[in-house]
Amino acid sequence: MKNIWAICKKEIKTYFTSPIAYVVITVFLVLIGFFFYSLIWWFNSQSLQMAQNQYYYQQLNINQMVYSPLFHNMSIILLLMIPLLTMRLFSEEKKRQTDELLFTSPISVNQIILGKYFASLFVLLVMLFLTGILSIFVFSYGNPELAPILSGYLGLFLVGAAFLAVGIFFSSLTENQIVSAILTFGVLLLFWILNWASYSAGGMWKSVLNYLSFFQHFDDMTRGILDTTDVVYYLSFIFLGLFLTYSVIQSRRWR
Amino acid sequence: MIEVENLTKKYGDLVAVKNLSFKVEKGKIWGLLGPNAAGKTTTMRILTGYLPATDGKASVADYDVFEKPNDVKKITGYLPENVPLYPEMTVHSYLNFVAEIKQIPAPQRKEAVEKSVEISGLETVRRRLIKNISRGFKQRVGIAQALIHNPQVLVLDEPTIGLDPAQIIEIRQLIKSLKGKRTILLSTHILAEVTQTCDGVVIINEGNLMASGSLEELTASFKEKEGIVIRLKKGGKSIISLLQKILGVDKVSAVGDEFKIEWTKGKDVRDDITKLIVDKELGLIEMRPLAMNIEDLYLKVISGGVEQ
Ligand SMILES: Nc1ncnc2c1ncn2[C@@H]1O[C@H](COP(=O)(O)OP(=O)(O)OP(=O)(O)O)[C@@H](O)[C@H]1O
Ligand SMILES: [Mg+2]
Repeated sequence: MKNIWAICKKEIKTYFTSPIAYVVITVFLVLIGFFFYSLIWWFNSQSLQMAQNQYYYQQLNINQMVYSPLFHNMSIILLLMIPLLTMRLFSEEKKRQTDELLFTSPISVNQIILGKYFASLFVLLVMLFLTGILSIFVFSYGNPELAPILSGYLGLFLVGAAFLAVGIFFSSLTENQIVSAILTFGVLLLFWILNWASYSAGGMWKSVLNYLSFFQHFDDMTRGILDTTDVVYYLSFIFLGLFLTYSVIQSRRWR
Repeated sequence: MIEVENLTKKYGDLVAVKNLSFKVEKGKIWGLLGPNAAGKTTTMRILTGYLPATDGKASVADYDVFEKPNDVKKITGYLPENVPLYPEMTVHSYLNFVAEIKQIPAPQRKEAVEKSVEISGLETVRRRLIKNISRGFKQRVGIAQALIHNPQVLVLDEPTIGLDPAQIIEIRQLIKSLKGKRTILLSTHILAEVTQTCDGVVIINEGNLMASGSLEELTASFKEKEGIVIRLKKGGKSIISLLQKILGVDKVSAVGDEFKIEWTKGKDVRDDITKLIVDKELGLIEMRPLAMNIEDLYLKVISGGVEQ
């Protein structure tokens, strides 16, 4: 545990002494702010239009009309940003040959991987936490339901954590950070596309594709539905990513 | 303290280390000497648990490197060939991080950092970013990093490479000052480094063991023969045969415009040679004793002329 913390602390420091974390967080917040603004604007104009009709007015739901699409947008932006957070984790160590220090120290490969992974989770948490500021506006001017927002954030966190696990795996594969980022993009986009494919597929394929897609599992959560199968899906994804990272590092050294 | 037995390492088809065996006793400094691509770094990486061996055994302080890697890592300090530094950290925070991952308990960490800063002479740069300090200081940070957990065994891969002459002397002094409690294995391709800092040497070339032993042992084994090198105004084959006729001379060979004369230890033939030179008016320019030592051996190793 102490060892994991030592690695984690060092990684967090590195994130915040280099511009990477700041740039990623800023761009993320600016984009989210923009989406948020346009969704709120759209919601407002809808409200004005429907104000005449009591029935439709009752149907207006800020959770469904603002938060649900916002969470989807956030997950896509995370998809674009997370490869930039994970690309350096192992690639840089290998390139600078600092891995020789880590692997000749009395700490295990597992501890190194977990330390690095937790550090990237921390940056993700910071990103998500800062978007919470937007909700302060919503709560002070309206009265959305809290539960779906929280489950949406949990969903985002799990999606992001799964993306990070994919990223850390590709970072262990190559000493070139750009290659590592591009491969992560590629795979994450592929999973996104699987989601579309599931719309047109039929029968068994549909359910397989649906199950594999990152976003199907996420969709329920943005609407406030918490299902253990969704959580299990993400956790097993994370486990698989970290396990593959471990295997790559071991096999590289034992080649 | 450090024992290597029939160690072999293959990278695919390339055999980097072949059947290497040697032993370093407690409290000694030994040099792993060899030209480029001899397999020095590979051997050290195996000893420190960074790389697995293809075959053979290696142990540090009776801990098998492959079976008990963590025990070995705890008592070994390692300076890799490329000093593993994080440029965006300060010297101080870097050493603090290393202290943590070397398992120094929190209460002792501060003292350990202080001590390694002091031993390695880093006081003036400790608050600076590693990327901004000079090459010599980076090397010192590397040494401080290796020393931080007060290891019994030090493995230093080319500790003086890339330094200016003054820095080389300083680092050598530093290494010598660490002797005694610690057992040190350092690699180099400079012979002077071995003769000046080490007690013993392992000479390897292309993964093969060429010679190994303490410096005294190795020099003693060369002491059976003696010789001189002379340079004359006159030259030619006839002089070789003239010299060979002197009683007691074993071997005469021409090296450039010099003649190398060897004889078995004990029967000094120097007088006879001088007499010959004076009698035949050969015109002596220079005469010096022949260096029969590891320098010659190493030169032969480098030039590829060693049969073994
Ligand atoms: N990771 C690797 N993959 C393939 N071959 C390697 C690897 N590391 C080293 N080699 C090869 O193994 C041989 C021995 O290399 P090693 O680095 O051990 O030599 P060295 O004695 O340290 O040389 P130098 O004095 O140049 O540092 C070389 O031929 C080298 O090309
Ligand atoms: Mg080397």
